[in-house]
Amino acid sequence: MDIQTIINISLLTLLALTAVILLRLHNLLAAILLSGIYSLLSAGLFVSLDAVDVAFTEAAVGAGLTTVLLLGAVAITGREQSVTRHSKLLPIAVTTITAAALIYGTLDMPKFADPTAPIHMHVAPRYIEKSGEEIGIPNIVTSVLASYRGYDTLGEVTVVFTAAIGVMLLLGGSRKSKNQSLNKTDKNE
Amino acid sequence: MNKKISLILREACNLVVPAVLLYAFYVQFHGDYGPGGGFQAGVIFAAGIILYALVYGREKTQKIFPTSVVRYFISIGLLLYAGVGVTSLFMGGNYLDYNVLAHDPLHGQHLGIFLIELGVGITVAAVMIMIFYMLDEYAD
Repeated sequence: MDIQTIINISLLTLLALTAVILLRLHNLLAAILLSGIYSLLSAGLFVSLDAVDVAFTEAAVGAGLTTVLLLGAVAITGREQSVTRHSKLLPIAVTTITAAALIYGTLDMPKFADPTAPIHMHVAPRYIEKSGEEIGIPNIVTSVLASYRGYDTLGEVTVVFTAAIGVMLLLGGSRKSKNQSLNKTDKNE
Repeated sequence: MNKKISLILREACNLVVPAVLLYAFYVQFHGDYGPGGGFQAGVIFAAGIILYALVYGREKTQKIFPTSVVRYFISIGLLLYAGVGVTSLFMGGNYLDYNVLAHDPLHGQHLGIFLIELGVGITVAAVMIMIFYMLDEYAD
């Protein structure tokens, strides 16, 4: 076994372990920290798959910012998850069936790191061969994201924009803070 | 917000935040050559600001990056991105076709990618800072 396989297996084991512990936790604070660890482990996995751009994003967004934003959300909602009393049989059945279907689906997939897999035969060779002449920048990921797939990236930025609009509408915006400063005297009474 | 900040926390923050912000700019403008780009840079920049806000308090951060200004930057980034597309339309190409932006297609691509990455970075950073402000304001 080469070192890469050992690293992959240990990272995947830790990922699965983190996921199982995450499921069993009722303390949201610990759950958020664990999901940060989960993101960091996946970032490590992406690095070992040579997907540094994705790993970078996962580490910065998943492990870094999301953790802080979720901690902010928990500060508003409370630290403990409310315990559900109804039967867990239906959720277990749904998850098992979905997982079985997904695993069945992977049987048709090309083997891991197969160079003749459809994904490597479609547009990828063209990007690798031509992006140097057509775009002229060394990082192919940036060429694809910013130029070949410029529409998609515009859509993604719009999604981020919409998320901000949603949060601002839900949590009040500047109007709320003005009201709060007015209400502060009432609250203190 | 706490008036008294722990000395260790404050000094560590003073040490880390400038480096984080500088690194964000490096990721932003070096994305063509190494890993990273606007999205990552925006997130890292926002992380630096949020770290500052966690240590020194939101009010002090809002004196540097007021909510009203951050709110404008959310749309400025997106408009910059979409504006590059519209500009390329007016210069005779397709939407977001950077080849027509300069005399040389490669220079056009460079310019286009630089501008749209900047747009992505501005929007993402502003959005993340804004969401943090909103959560923090609501929690108070």
